[in-house]
Amino acid sequence: MILKRVVFDWLSRTWMITALAIILSLPLTIGIALYFKANPLFEMQSLARLISSSDWSPSEGDFGFLPFIFSSLYVTLLSFLFAAPVCLFAAIYLTQFASKRLIQVMHPVIDILAGIPSVIYGMWGILIIVPFVGDVLAPVLNIKSPGYSILAGGIVLALMCIPYMLNMLIETFNTVPIGLKEAALSLGATRWESVKHVIIRKSYPGIISSYGLGIAKAFGETLAVMMVVGNMVQLTFNPFEAGYPLPALIANNYGEMLSIPRYDSALMFAALILLIVILIINLIFRYFIYQTQKQ
Amino acid sequence: MNRRKKIEETIFRIITGFASYSLIAILGFIILIIFIKGFNALSLEMVFTPPRGGFYYGGEGGVLNAIVGSLYIAFGATLIAILLGMPAALYLNVHLVCYKRTQNMIRYLLDALWGIPSIVYGAFGFTLMLFLGMTASLLAGIITVALLITPIVIRTFDDVLSTIPKGLHEASLALGSTRTEMAFKVMLKQGFPGFTTAVLLAFGRGIGDAASVLFTAGYTDLIPTNLDEPAATLPLAVFFQLGSPIPEVRERAYASAAILTIIVLIVSLTARYFSKKYSRSNLQ
Amino acid sequence: MNIKVSETATEQLVIAPELKLKKQPSILRIKNLNVFAGNHHILKNINLEIPKNRITVLLGPSGCGKTTLLKSMNKLTDLYKELKVSGQIYIEKDDILNTNKNIPNIRQKMGLLSQKPYPLPVSIYKNVAYGIKLKGVRDKKLIDYNVEKKLKEVGLWDEVKDRLHLSPESLSIGQQQRLCLARGLAVKPHFILADEPTSALDPVSSKIIENLFRELKKHYTIILVTHVLRQAQRLADNVVFMNYGEIIEQGNPEKVFKYPRSSQMKEYMVEGN
Repeated sequence: MILKRVVFDWLSRTWMITALAIILSLPLTIGIALYFKANPLFEMQSLARLISSSDWSPSEGDFGFLPFIFSSLYVTLLSFLFAAPVCLFAAIYLTQFASKRLIQVMHPVIDILAGIPSVIYGMWGILIIVPFVGDVLAPVLNIKSPGYSILAGGIVLALMCIPYMLNMLIETFNTVPIGLKEAALSLGATRWESVKHVIIRKSYPGIISSYGLGIAKAFGETLAVMMVVGNMVQLTFNPFEAGYPLPALIANNYGEMLSIPRYDSALMFAALILLIVILIINLIFRYFIYQTQKQ
Repeated sequence: MNRRKKIEETIFRIITGFASYSLIAILGFIILIIFIKGFNALSLEMVFTPPRGGFYYGGEGGVLNAIVGSLYIAFGATLIAILLGMPAALYLNVHLVCYKRTQNMIRYLLDALWGIPSIVYGAFGFTLMLFLGMTASLLAGIITVALLITPIVIRTFDDVLSTIPKGLHEASLALGSTRTEMAFKVMLKQGFPGFTTAVLLAFGRGIGDAASVLFTAGYTDLIPTNLDEPAATLPLAVFFQLGSPIPEVRERAYASAAILTIIVLIVSLTARYFSKKYSRSNLQ
Repeated sequence: MNIKVSETATEQLVIAPELKLKKQPSILRIKNLNVFAGNHHILKNINLEIPKNRITVLLGPSGCGKTTLLKSMNKLTDLYKELKVSGQIYIEKDDILNTNKNIPNIRQKMGLLSQKPYPLPVSIYKNVAYGIKLKGVRDKKLIDYNVEKKLKEVGLWDEVKDRLHLSPESLSIGQQQRLCLARGLAVKPHFILADEPTSALDPVSSKIIENLFRELKKHYTIILVTHVLRQAQRLADNVVFMNYGEIIEQGNPEKVFKYPRSSQMKEYMVEGN
């Protein structure tokens, strides 16, 4: 009887530790696996050249990732510019001014927005945003645009990041002690002044972190962006032109990657860039959050 | 002076309020478009038959293959995620409960892991698949998605477990149970609503994710009968059919999207129902 | 010592001869104040008058509604969406509960000191200057003068004059609480609302605050919430004992503490001593 209990205890403990170990070693395992797959590429070209060159013709062995990295950064930046103010304003309203009824409605709204699959956002983007950019916005500004563009990608991506950033911002604002708000109000501040001078100020680290993590999320988002961004290898500052972000590069070419030499290495290298950039951003800002929570 | 303050207050209330209400409008807009487009093309044939000959040129058939494939993958992946995630979360809250630093370190890593995008998991799954000599299959898809959703299971479950008062641990240990017995008998029971939420969230994420199964699960018109056969998935069905130049096929993409959205909505609202009491969300 | 005011108790007013301070007129009157949180009746028909330039102590066990009563006085109850407040609170002739006057201006008449010090996330100097600037004062010299004066009033000036532009986080909790007091005084309030202001402080800092209150009552009307019986005995010019959202006893401390009439008050005094 006792033996049975001891054995059971040992078995389940081993199971628990193994499970935890597998999960925690995952980032390292993924990194190593991708590095080895990408390795043939490093033997051919230097890392600096891979990142800074814009010559892309896989069949001739030219792998310059600059257009993809640039596109990724551009789309991410645009989406951030759209999403950041909306999230900040909505988080302020929902934590400071909103009625109970609105909050009850907003709970499921944010949940569902966060839960809608990427491909649905992508399809909605094709149906609404792409025609809007190509047939409405571009003619108004007297620009030619196919609609499938960096701008369309940025808008769709912004929508996808909003629930994610919003949740973190709400959490940040809720950690500001109510006593601080009461202090500002009793000194004669209006509600908005208490938000402006005290709550936002106090939440500064949290706001920065939420934004950072939102950017990381946008940087790695794949399907929705790829469906509306046009996927053409080019370096352009014009947001009405097509772009080709890193995740789209990987997802679009998995079919051919085994038929062209080193193409698979190139795609795995793209995945490695995503992993490293996103993991680093996450580690930095999560650390920031933990530090501020401790205080 | 006071007038200026009043105006500023009003302006910002309007702006912030507008930002909030616009989110409801955006959600409504997305759902509306998906359903209007989808219900035009939705039929019993779409839901209950696999593709027939000439399907991709506008022929007969439906997307049963993708519905079943997606459910297989989501269920399989959720099962593995439970087997990995539940014990990990319990360990974190039972055995490590006295080691605050380790606990926080692990939570920190798990949170960071949650941020890794699914395309990277997809690429890793593909590498792993080649390494093990497998081909694109149901099993490969399940494993990849499982890795993607396990951090979600652990952290969501962990959030609920960490709110269980420590007194309960002590009471149970004082009665002579081992830590492990306590973990399964007391903690799992106490945290069960949170566990359900965690599983449903993970399931919802698993069924909607496309980038991770793109390389690993393959795509086929057949309904898979074995773990080593390739499997179609709903998100990819939407994605592929949407790329078709033939209008009838694109219509089917809309219908598939509506089906996927309905499944995700049901899962999400059920999760919400279960989590009402143990909500992770933070609006009061 | 004036006190008491609700009709039922007036006839029992007994003033100990040695305590015959000059009788002060009421400056704040609360009539039929009721507060509900959902179905929960937190404050039940409160009637109260607060004498000018005296320390009125709201005493009672935790959860009896004394903090809610305090927060209704400067309308901080507005922050809690679940609270429903009805009744009248008069400052002189104005009913502040049902007014369309500017609420921030009303709140500036009430300096708030909370349980824990909540310094604003700005420098020590700016903490004190904040309320002054909100009043529209732009003159740098005038602000400097007032900051120094208020910090001196709470005896903090010598301790912080060299680090006015540092964050208040560097101060001890006791110093932070005095900073918060100075900050509240800087808007020239008529009242000081203090919500268990010493509960987070060490005995020495508590004593400093208590002594400050004795000084400050010359110029301000102080309403102090506490559950510490001894503190009430040390400071009160007027005691209001509350339990379960009702005023059980109120009046001259000599009388209330020496001859408590209600069993609840007697019990509380036994426990408290």
